[in-house]
Amino acid sequence: MGFAGSDSGLSSTKIVVAGGFGVGKTTFVGAVSEITPLTTEAVMTEASEGVDDLALTPTKKTTTVAMDFGRVSLDRDLILYLFGTPGQHRFWFMWDDLVRGAIGAVVLVDTRRLADSFPAIDYFEEAGLPFIVALNGFDGSHPHQEDEVREALTLSPGVPLVRTDARTRESVKATLITLVEHVVKTSLPV
Amino acid sequence: MDGEGQARSGRNRLIRPYAMTRGRTRPRIELAIEALVSSATIPPRDPSTLSTEYRTIISLTGTVRSVAEISALMRMPLGVTRVLVADMAEEGLVQIHQPALDAGKPDLNLLERVLSGLRRL
Ligand SMILES: Nc1nc2c(ncn2[C@@H]2O[C@H](COP(=O)(O)OP(=O)(O)OP(=O)(O)O)[C@@H](O)[C@H]2O)c(=O)[nH]1
Ligand SMILES: [Mg+2]
Repeated sequence: MGFAGSDSGLSSTKIVVAGGFGVGKTTFVGAVSEITPLTTEAVMTEASEGVDDLALTPTKKTTTVAMDFGRVSLDRDLILYLFGTPGQHRFWFMWDDLVRGAIGAVVLVDTRRLADSFPAIDYFEEAGLPFIVALNGFDGSHPHQEDEVREALTLSPGVPLVRTDARTRESVKATLITLVEHVVKTSLPV
Repeated sequence: MDGEGQARSGRNRLIRPYAMTRGRTRPRIELAIEALVSSATIPPRDPSTLSTEYRTIISLTGTVRSVAEISALMRMPLGVTRVLVADMAEEGLVQIHQPALDAGKPDLNLLERVLSGLRRL
């Protein structure tokens, strides 16, 4: 289902940046954003499971997820938003929202903590959202070979695996271009 | 626009804003998190007839901003922001530009624009 009511030439789109805690998501977003990354919060209450009116159900447990995001004006009428979000099961209520209409996702991976990226990869595979895996090089260290990482993450051969440096604009730019090229390729009829 | 300056989370801060929506958690229209909101081409309304939140949203969207930006800059949860923005659109106080999607996904034309935009950065 699409979103209601769109008319003018002005448009926006988004890319999701996911990965474990402290893997460099905010740094990655900030490297290309024209604004200092902002934080928005989404709240899930038990009530949102089917009750529309919080006034009727005032005391409910809540879960809050904070997402960092940045903005990149791509041309006069097109703004790209980059949303960085922790890849954790308990935040999945937010992910459905993030993934809907997204171009694709960059899963940031610290090779010293590969397992932190499993939930994000599982989620995107399940959701059918195209993604690439980007190894963020802390202190230039990449202890694993790429094929080892591929195997550890059980990535299908079609998923691009790149090295990136979240602190460098050019590197982040190149990573985003790889993602969008991958999405173009996967969206073409075979 | 200072990310650091935003208020820290707190349960009350997050729940109380639903008072602004009189408890409603579901917006009138479905709004993408990246949907753009603009008040630029809308004729001004007598501010005394509008709530503080409405006035802030109108002033913030004098330059086009996403639903996510409004939420972040007003330190208001996304859900509350969506309800208010959807109400305001209904009342003709702001204009909404939803992302152009083809069967729920960005179409090829959009992807090509994104690619050339990124290459130009
Ligand atoms: N050496 C090195 N440090 C990095 C790199 N990317 C990020 N960092 C640092 O790692 C720390 C964490 O980065 P963040 O961008 O805050 O990570 P995050 O994923 O947003 O973290 P959370 O939001 O807390 O999950 C910061 O101190 C960064 O400066 C990198 O490529 N190399
Ligand atoms: Mg962060």
